[in-house]
Amino acid sequence: MDTRQKNLDDAIISTKRPTPPGAMASVGTFAMRSLLKTKHTPMALMDITAMPILFLLMFTYLFGGAIAGSVQEYLQYILPGILVQTVVQITMYTGLDLNKDLQKGFFDRQRTLPIWSPSSLVGAMLFDTLRYSVASVIMIGFAMILGFRPEGNLIGVGMAVALLLLFAFSLSWIWTVLALVMESENALMATAMMIIFPLTFLSSAFVDPETMPLVLEWFVNVNPISMLVDSVRGLMHGYDVQTEILWTLVSSGLLVTLFGPLTMYLYKNKN
Amino acid sequence: MAQTIEYAVEAKGLIKKFDAFYAVDEIDLKIEKGTVYGFLGPNGAGKTTTVRMLSTLLKIDEGTASIFGHDVTGESKKIRPRIAMTGQYASIDEDLTGMENLVMVSRLVGFSRKDARKRASELLKAFGLSDAAGKQSKDYSGGMRRRLDIAASIVVTPDLLFLDEPTTGLDPRSRNQVWDVIRTLTKAGTTVLLTTQYLDEADQLADRIAVINKGKIIAEGTSTELKASVGTGMLHVTLKNEYDYDRSRVILEDSIGSVLQESTKKSQLLVKVTDPAVAAKALNELTAAEIELITFSLSQPSLDEVFLALTDEE
Repeated sequence: MDTRQKNLDDAIISTKRPTPPGAMASVGTFAMRSLLKTKHTPMALMDITAMPILFLLMFTYLFGGAIAGSVQEYLQYILPGILVQTVVQITMYTGLDLNKDLQKGFFDRQRTLPIWSPSSLVGAMLFDTLRYSVASVIMIGFAMILGFRPEGNLIGVGMAVALLLLFAFSLSWIWTVLALVMESENALMATAMMIIFPLTFLSSAFVDPETMPLVLEWFVNVNPISMLVDSVRGLMHGYDVQTEILWTLVSSGLLVTLFGPLTMYLYKNKN
Repeated sequence: MAQTIEYAVEAKGLIKKFDAFYAVDEIDLKIEKGTVYGFLGPNGAGKTTTVRMLSTLLKIDEGTASIFGHDVTGESKKIRPRIAMTGQYASIDEDLTGMENLVMVSRLVGFSRKDARKRASELLKAFGLSDAAGKQSKDYSGGMRRRLDIAASIVVTPDLLFLDEPTTGLDPRSRNQVWDVIRTLTKAGTTVLLTTQYLDEADQLADRIAVINKGKIIAEGTSTELKASVGTGMLHVTLKNEYDYDRSRVILEDSIGSVLQESTKKSQLLVKVTDPAVAAKALNELTAAEIELITFSLSQPSLDEVFLALTDEE
């Protein structure tokens, strides 16, 4: 018998079947998959490295003088806002990646594997959370070089970032729902933008809501992004934002309980 | 007492509609354990749709299907660990290397980190991909990609493997390699459901073949049975002189007992035959009538001819 046939026999005949993996192992494997993909396409890191820095410079120096009178003063106000805006915006990529996956054969393989079915989504989101942390660290670090001085010390900043990551993870489930419903990547991108831009700009991220017309002020004050921005800002600068934090936790919880099961329903029934 | 299940796949009255279009229209199917079953049909016949329903990926609109006695709709959790599927589009992650793909799938079926690496190397070696282990699979050739894809499907040797057009677009060498893999799998006791557009492939590998067209099975049996129902093939005769056409036509039709096919040239005659001996006899009669021939040939029925023949009968 030739060696090729022998190798085939060795690999195919009498292999043992291991017990299916637990949720932790399968989620970890999918997080690893995202890490390897990033390793092979390092350009995909632009959105968490160059983009945040670009946004920070643009907004600080473009609006700083006009809105707050001085760049230094505005930086203290805007850094939490722009951090939230940037991270919220890149959560969209979770949906885009899923949408790309759906169009490929690997999606079929995932669904026939004996694993906890949300594994691939949760794994990808865990890795994305790591990406958001990197983006946050880069942004805060760079802002400190420019003169950002958080008064809430390291613990406050850490808690602010943790809250932001939790909200970003929760928000991602909206994009996974859209990714499963939308036909193309372009349609998904356009829809996501239509949601993200009003939500982030019509918030307390860049401007104090008291300066706005009444109707707008009302919207900005009920916008969950404003709650998040206020919480992050309060935690970083060390003032009391318990109510805002509570509301942010409530909206995160709502997002997951609504869009999590909806995602899984669509995911399992996707043709 | 537990009932022994002799069928890997049993389906009755399967229907799948896309809007008003019946992609699969009342398909019945029984596949014995340990056999290779060929699903033969052109593009859009409903092969992939059927396979996707049976492999729990697509909802069944009407009818029932069971895999090893488990209902496809209600018991997918019991079915999934025992089946594997290689789709028409490579079911691998093209951004990852061959090694990374196989390690990932090995981890997802439950191997430990160490065993996953071992299993991945073993498979890469068996599929002749060791040299390309560290290359991103998007840079693989079509044949390599298909082999990696099949390797990923059999990280754990499945009890039932769905192979959706595994050799479409492959060169003969790669095709033979895929065939070797399928034969080895049957040695291990795996049941294989194979879809193909090639009669030759079904002929080489499948114990039984279903011919499918427009969502319906139009013929089913062993390849010998199917060929017998279609005829051994076509007799092509080229005449030296066109004026012999009418005379030759009468002789051939009488001798073979079937009507000539329309031909564009007056010097060419085409007729369906069921038996080579009959064709030989007919050729002898032409020679006896002193009709001069340039060439004659008897061809195997092509898939086209099988289809034409089978759809004509309806």
